Formats: sequence, structure tokens, C-alpha cells
Amino acid sequence: MVAAAEVARAQVPGAAIDIAHVDHAFDIDGAELKVLDDVSLIVEPGEFVALLGPSGCGKSTLLRLIAGLDKPRSGTLREDEVGIRGPHPSRVVVFQDPTLFPWRTVWDNVALGLEAQGILKKQRHRVDAALDLVGLTDFKNAYPHQLSGGMAQRVALARALVNDPKVLVLDEPLGKLDSLTRIAMQAELVALWQRKGFTTLLVTHDVEEALVLANRVIVLSDRPARIKADIVVDRPYPRHRGDPHLADLRRQILGLLGLEATW
Amino acid sequence: MSTFSLSDAPAGGIARSSGLADKLREVAPGIAAALAWAAFGAACLVREDVGDWSRTTDLAIAAFVIAGLVLVVSVAAAQLGRVGSALRKRSPWLLALGVFFSLWELASAKFAWLPLPFFPPPQAIIEVYTDDLPKLLDSVVASIKLQLGGYVIGAAIGFVTGVSIGWSTRIGYWVHPVLRFIGPVPATAWLPIAFFTFPTSWSASTFLIALATGFPVTVLTWSGVASVPTAYYDVARTLGARPWFLVLKVAIPAALPHVFVGLFMGLGASFAVLVIAEMIGVKAGLGWYLQWAQGWAAYANMYAALLVMSLLCSGAITLLFKTRDRVLVWQKGVVKW
Repeated sequence: MVAAAEVARAQVPGAAIDIAHVDHAFDIDGAELKVLDDVSLIVEPGEFVALLGPSGCGKSTLLRLIAGLDKPRSGTLREDEVGIRGPHPSRVVVFQDPTLFPWRTVWDNVALGLEAQGILKKQRHRVDAALDLVGLTDFKNAYPHQLSGGMAQRVALARALVNDPKVLVLDEPLGKLDSLTRIAMQAELVALWQRKGFTTLLVTHDVEEALVLANRVIVLSDRPARIKADIVVDRPYPRHRGDPHLADLRRQILGLLGLEATW
Repeated sequence: MSTFSLSDAPAGGIARSSGLADKLREVAPGIAAALAWAAFGAACLVREDVGDWSRTTDLAIAAFVIAGLVLVVSVAAAQLGRVGSALRKRSPWLLALGVFFSLWELASAKFAWLPLPFFPPPQAIIEVYTDDLPKLLDSVVASIKLQLGGYVIGAAIGFVTGVSIGWSTRIGYWVHPVLRFIGPVPATAWLPIAFFTFPTSWSASTFLIALATGFPVTVLTWSGVASVPTAYYDVARTLGARPWFLVLKVAIPAALPHVFVGLFMGLGASFAVLVIAEMIGVKAGLGWYLQWAQGWAAYANMYAALLVMSLLCSGAITLLFKTRDRVLVWQKGVVKW
């Protein structure tokens, strides 16, 4: 049974995500703050979907619901036809801050997921492989405070990838990096996604980043977030930032966000 | 490349031209320290003691031996490696101590400028260590046993309580008010009650030391666990962590820096309780020895016991800090004790 599941996972690396009529709100000092308004979205297995919207619109809230960290007020979220009831290592999140555990070395940080699932002893090689994937094998014994911002975020990525996730949930993971590191890591992300085939959900407020990385860009409205547009980016990888088709899409998206005057 | 040769050349030149002066400047503090200790030895022999102390000559010999050793080691420091550099670093302190002992010797044993018997000379204290050693050692052992037992129990209970109330609001609901009510009361206030409710004075003292240790450890462990960023839990949960993993592998390691502050504060508080408990109830230990010495007006014994006590307390804190440095090696810039 377990073996069969392993085989099935190997055949179809990515999972489908089905979000249907999701509403969510927070209680702030007794007042209800609505953050998601009837959001419905189907993500196909292996797709790279970017969620784009103004800051504070509820993008990250949607990701927390997909990760299973919070439960929606109403509506359903499903991963491969199974309802999402809580966090699961098949849907791993990379947050804006690397949030590495400062008391663990790089290796031990990456090993966290396997250790939590109780399979580390038999699968130590997976940790080495994940570190190799992000090019940090030489830093495996370093502590987080010795790393640069880009390296720390790479470790966070390795910590996610070591679990062989079906869905990789990225919450502005490159938001705090300098622009050069950022461009380099965008290319790495695309390469990893193409190699591994997991479904990727990326929250960002950077239009260019969304267009360079994603198959589909979902544009969200101001709070409470509704889906304003669902744009297919049908360009081959690696993409060029100067591609005129992307520039057209960019103008269109900025218009949707009410920023056409700045273009 | 050129910058290196530029900065290297003048330094080498100076070293060569004034090698002897440098050498003298290096060994001068060591020689001064040796002279100070020789002066201490001479002070012991300069005239008859005003009182009846048996170790004056032995002390003088010891002082001269130390002076000789300091002299040899500081002159041959370069050849002696680590020992040499360690001594060189401490030369100013050795000098100050030599001067202090010389003055003390003259002011007490030789001219009695300080009133006797309240200020005994160094040889009187040496006499305690040589002649009253068994009793002093028994007291040291008794103190360590009592302190260690109470501290370990208090720290363990405090840690578990702190983690529980930091983690579970339901446990916190019941424990927090009790903690607020009982914790701030000095543990010594329980002394009279403890001594008649517990079967032995030893168990009563253990309880009091545990109480004094437990309160700060509980509060700081609790605040440490409560201040763990929720993002750590989010990360661990998305990676498949269950509640026990969150407690043992996230909450506790993240709280450890706070726990060590609690352990440090608890240690200080428990020393105070230990000494008072020994003075009042337990018929053993350094606190009791102090009390006993005062009863016999044996002031030299008091100073001797105080010195041992300060070494023990300082040693305990050093041990705690060394442990912390090992456990919290991942932290940047921890305070060095």
C-alpha cells in the first residue's frame, strides 16, 4: 500500500489544488475584517501559478489556507480531491523570512522535515541531496547567523524541497533579497520546478517576477481579495525580461492594479 | 602585496633596533611581581609576631618559593609557551597581591595596626587550612551535597513547570496564580515553617533551596517558551511536526537562552538560602562552620571559610557559564564570565 503510494507519487510529482468559494475574515478588536471574498481557483498538477496583488490584500492568507495553517470561514480547499484539514509535508511553505532555527546547523535545519516525520535515520542522503541542489554543501555545518540573506533563503528552500513536496507554496520568498541575488534565485527556482515537476504557488507583488516565473498569473483585488483576472503566460523558459509579449502583459496587469499611469 | 611589505618593514626594523629595551619592558612586570612576593616573605621574618602563630616561617618560605617561580617563569616566558604567556598576562595581578599580602602581614602580625583578633594575619588563616582541614572539608562536602540536591531538584521542577505553563494555557490557568502568590516571597521566609513540617532539617533545607531555585527558573523558562516566534511553529508544522516535536525540538531549544538566565538567577538565590539554612538549622556545612567559628571568636576560621565559600560559589557559576557556552554555541556574542 505504501509502496503503491510511493510509485503514484513518483509518476505524478505535482498535485492539483482546488479552491472553491473560499471566504475568510479576521476578528480585530471585535470588528470583522474580511480578507478573502469568494475565491475559486483550480491549479493543475505541475503548474506554476503566481498570485499577484497589492500589499495587504490577503494573498498570504490564501497561502496559509492552502498550507493548512489556518481554516477558512467558508468554502473548501482540496489537494488532489482530498480536503485540506491541516498542514502536511506534501504542501511545504517557504516564507518571506527564511525562519531558520538559529540553534541548528544548516544540515540540521534542512533535516527538520524528515526528522519531524521520523524518517531521518533511514534517509539522511536526502538531506545531502537537497543541500547539493541549492549549492550549499560546503556550508552544512554553519549556523544561520553566519549566512547571508540569499544563502539563508536557499537553505529554507532546501528545507522545503527535501520533503519532495507535491505543492511548493512560496510566500514572497525573494522579497527581501537584493536585486542581483533575486534574479539569480528566480532562475534557480524555475530550474528546480522544471526538474522536479511539483505544483508551485507563488505569492508576490512584483509583476515582473510573476511574469518571468509563472505559467499563470492570478491578479487579486484590494482587500477583501477577489480574483480580478486569470492570465496565461504562454512563453517558453528561460524567459527574457525584455520580451515584448511580457511587456504587453505587464502593462495589462498594472492596468488591472490601477497603476497604468505609472507605465 | 606592496601594502604588506610596507607595513612589515618598519615593524621589523624597530624590533631589531630596540630588542633589548623591548625584552626588558616585557619581563619588568614579572620581576616586579617576584620582588613583591619576596617582600612578603621578608615581611614575615622582619620581626617577631605580636601573637602566637605557628605557620609564620612556613609562610615566609612559601612566599620566597613563589617569588622564585615567578622570576624564573617570567624571564624564561618565551621558552615556556602557554605557561609563560599565562603568567605574563597575570603579572600585574601577582604584583598587586604581593604588595597587598606584605602590607597585611605588617599591619596585622608585625605591628598590630589592625585590631586583633578581628583581623588575623595571613599565617593564622594558613593555620586553619592546615590544622582544621578535616572539619573544613566535611563542611565543604556537606554544603555541596545540600546545595546540589536542592538546586537540581528546583531547576528540574522549575524547568518542567515553566515549559508546561508556557505551552499549555490550561496548565497556566492553574499554576500561574500560585506562582504569582508564592514565588516572590523570599524562600527564607518559609524557614520556620519548613523546619517543623519536614522530618529533618536537611530535607527542609533541600526544599527551601529548591524553592529559591525553582521560582526564577520557572518564570524565565515560561517567558522563554512564550516568546518563541509563531513563525517557528508554522515552519515546523508545515514540515509535518506533531505537538511533542514542537515542544521538544522547537519551544525548548528556542527558550534555552532564557532558561540559562533563570538558572543563573536561581543559583544566586539558592546560595543565600543555603548559608542561612546551614546557620539556623542544619548542623553541617560552611554556613554552620561560620556560625560555629563566630561562637568561639575564631575569626581566622571565619575568613578561611569565607574564602572557600567564595571559591565554591564562583566555581559553580563558572561551571554554569561553561555549560551554557557549550549548549548555546549557536548564539552570537554571549557574555563571557
